[in-house]
Amino acid sequence: MRQSLITLMLVLATALPLGAGAADPVRIGMITTLSGGGSSLGVDVRDGFMLAVEQGDGRLGGVPVEVLVEDDGRKVGRAVQIAQRMLQREDADIMTGIIWSNLALAVVPRVARNDTFYISPNAGPSQFAGKDCHARYFNVAWQNDNLHEAMGAYVSDQGHETAYLLAPNYPAGKDALAGFKRYYEGEVVGEVYTKLGQLDYAAELAALREAEPDSVYFFLPGGMGINFIKQYAQAGLKEQTPLFGPAFSFDEGILSATGDAALGVINSSQWAIDLDNAANRQFVEAFQAKHERRPSLYASQGYDAARLIASALAAVDGDVDDARAFRAALEAADFASVRGGFRFNHNHHPIQDIYVREVYRTDDGTLSNRTIGKAFEDHADAYAGECGLSPVGG
Amino acid sequence: MLLFLEQVLNGLQLGVMLFLLAAGLTLVFGIMGLINLAHGSLYMLGAFLCASALAASGSFVVGVLAALAGAALAGLVIEASIMRRLYARGHLDQVLATFGLILFFNEAVRIVWGPRPLFVDIPGALAGTVEILPGAPYPLYRLAIIVAGLAVAAALWWLVQRTRLGMLIRAGAADREMLGALGVDSRHLYAGVFTLGALLAGLAGALAGPLFAVQVGMGENILILTFVVIVIGGIGSIRGAFAGPARRPGRHAGPRLPADGAAHW
Repeated sequence: MRQSLITLMLVLATALPLGAGAADPVRIGMITTLSGGGSSLGVDVRDGFMLAVEQGDGRLGGVPVEVLVEDDGRKVGRAVQIAQRMLQREDADIMTGIIWSNLALAVVPRVARNDTFYISPNAGPSQFAGKDCHARYFNVAWQNDNLHEAMGAYVSDQGHETAYLLAPNYPAGKDALAGFKRYYEGEVVGEVYTKLGQLDYAAELAALREAEPDSVYFFLPGGMGINFIKQYAQAGLKEQTPLFGPAFSFDEGILSATGDAALGVINSSQWAIDLDNAANRQFVEAFQAKHERRPSLYASQGYDAARLIASALAAVDGDVDDARAFRAALEAADFASVRGGFRFNHNHHPIQDIYVREVYRTDDGTLSNRTIGKAFEDHADAYAGECGLSPVGG
Repeated sequence: MLLFLEQVLNGLQLGVMLFLLAAGLTLVFGIMGLINLAHGSLYMLGAFLCASALAASGSFVVGVLAALAGAALAGLVIEASIMRRLYARGHLDQVLATFGLILFFNEAVRIVWGPRPLFVDIPGALAGTVEILPGAPYPLYRLAIIVAGLAVAAALWWLVQRTRLGMLIRAGAADREMLGALGVDSRHLYAGVFTLGALLAGLAGALAGPLFAVQVGMGENILILTFVVIVIGGIGSIRGAFAGPARRPGRHAGPRLPADGAAHW
C-alpha cells in the first residue's frame, strides 16, 4: 500500500510538468478584501485589474492569464490560508491583491519563500521597502509613508504651526504618521492610534477639540474614514480646524458616502482622475463605461498592477519560470502608467510625483477631486537605503 | 471641564445603546432562561431594514418603524419556530442553536443586501450640533439617542412596575415554575417577552445606523459588550441593564466576568 502510494506520487510528480505546456495560461492569484468594512478598496483594485485583463481579451501582454480572485475579509488568518492554497494546490505563478499591510506582512514572506512573484497593488509596509526587501516583491502603488510625507510637507508650507494626528493601530497606521512627521516642521500636539475598524470617533473628537490644534491630519482608510469625516463635520469641527488627509479617504467611492462633509478638503495622491495623459484618459473612460462609477486611486493601482505584469509577461514571452529575466522585466516597468511618469527604485518601490488635490463639486452636483499642485517630484521612499537589492537588468 | 462633559455625554450615548440591547437580552435570559446569541442578529436586521426603508421612502421615521416591525416579526418567527424547542434544553444546546442563527442571519443579509457596508446619513432635522454649554457644541443626533434611550427606559419601567404584564414578567423572573403552577400560560408570555426583546434590538440597530456602518457582522461586536453589561448589572434585572453600562470601568477596558458567570440560573 505504502509502496503503491509512493509510486503514485512519483507518477504524478513526473506527469505534472508535462501537463503544464506552453498553452497553459499564467495563473495569477489575487487575495483581496471584498466583504466588510474595507471592501470598497478591494473591489476597486479587482475591477481595475480585471479591466486590463478584459481589454487584452483574457491576455496580459499577449499571454493568456487566469486570475483566481479570493476574498480575505480583512482577516490575517483567512488571507494566509488562501495564500497557502493558491501557492500549493492551485499553483499560482504570480500573486497580487492584498490591501492591508498587516495581511501583507503575514502573506508576502510565504509567497517569497515559495519563489513566487508578488506584485502589491496597495499595501506597502516600510519593512518590505527597507531591510526586508525582496527580489520577487514589487509594489506598484507606493511605499506606505509616501502620501503622508507629501501632506506633511504641504501642511508645513501652508503655515499650520500645530497638528493633531490620527491613524489606526496597525503597521500602515504607524508608517503613515511616521511619514507625515518626517516632513512636517510644526509641533505635533496629539498623536492618537485607534483600533483598526473602529467606527465611532466621539471620544477622539472630544479630545481633539480640547487640544485646539491648527490642523488635523488623519489616515483612516475605507469605512473608518467615512465615519470620521462625517462625525468631524457633525461635531462642528470642520469650520474651526482644517482637515487634511491622504487620497485614501477622499476617493470617488468614499465621497459619495461622506457627502458635503468632505467638500473642500485637501488631500495627497500619486494619481488623480484629471491627470492629463493618454493612458489615464483611456483608463478613466473605459472604467466609467464598464462600471458606471468613477475610478478611484485603488482602481488605478489595480489597473497599473495588471499593466506592469502585462509588460513583463510580454518581455519574457510568458515564461515566468525564468525568474531572472522576469524580474528584470518587472524592474524595467516598461508601460505607460496612468499616473504618468513612474519608475522603480532599486528596492522595487516607485519613484514618482505626488500631487495635491482638492475635493470640489462637479457640474452634475457630485463630489470629485481636482489637482491643485504637486507636493513632490520624483519622490523616493525613506527606507530604500536599508535595502541591499541591486537591479538585475543593469 | 468641557472635555469631561463631552465625554460624559459620549459615555451616556454608548450606554443607552447598550441598554436597548441589554434590556431585551436580560428579559429573555432572566425570564425564559434562554441564552440568545442571535440577539445581535436582530440588531443587525433592524439596522439594515432601517437603511433600506430610509433609502426607499426618504423618511427616517419610516425607517425606524420598518426596523421595529421587521425585528419584532423576526423575533416572533424565531420564537415560534426555534426557541420554543429549546426552553427545556440545556444552555449548551441553546448556545449552539442560536450561534447557528448568527451564521444564518449573516449569510441571509449578505445574500439580500450584499457584502458591502451601507452608510446612512443622519436625518436632516437631527443633523448639526447644539451648544449644551457656551463653547461646547454636541452633535444633536447623539443627544437624540440619549433622549430616546431614556424614554425607552422610562416606558420599560412603567411596563414592568405598573402593568399586569409587568407583574407576570417579574413573577417569571422570580419563580418560573410557581408562575406556571398559578395557571399563567407561559407560552404566550414567553412569545411576548421575546418579541419585545427583538423590538428593542431592532430599535438599537435603527438608531446605530447613522453613527456606525450598517454591515454584516455588526451585531457580534456589540453583543459581547452587551453580555458584559447584563452580567455586571445582574442577569434578569432591567434596572441592572440600565445601570450596567455606567458601571463599566472604561470604554476600552477589558471586561472582568464574575467567576460564577451565569451559573446561578
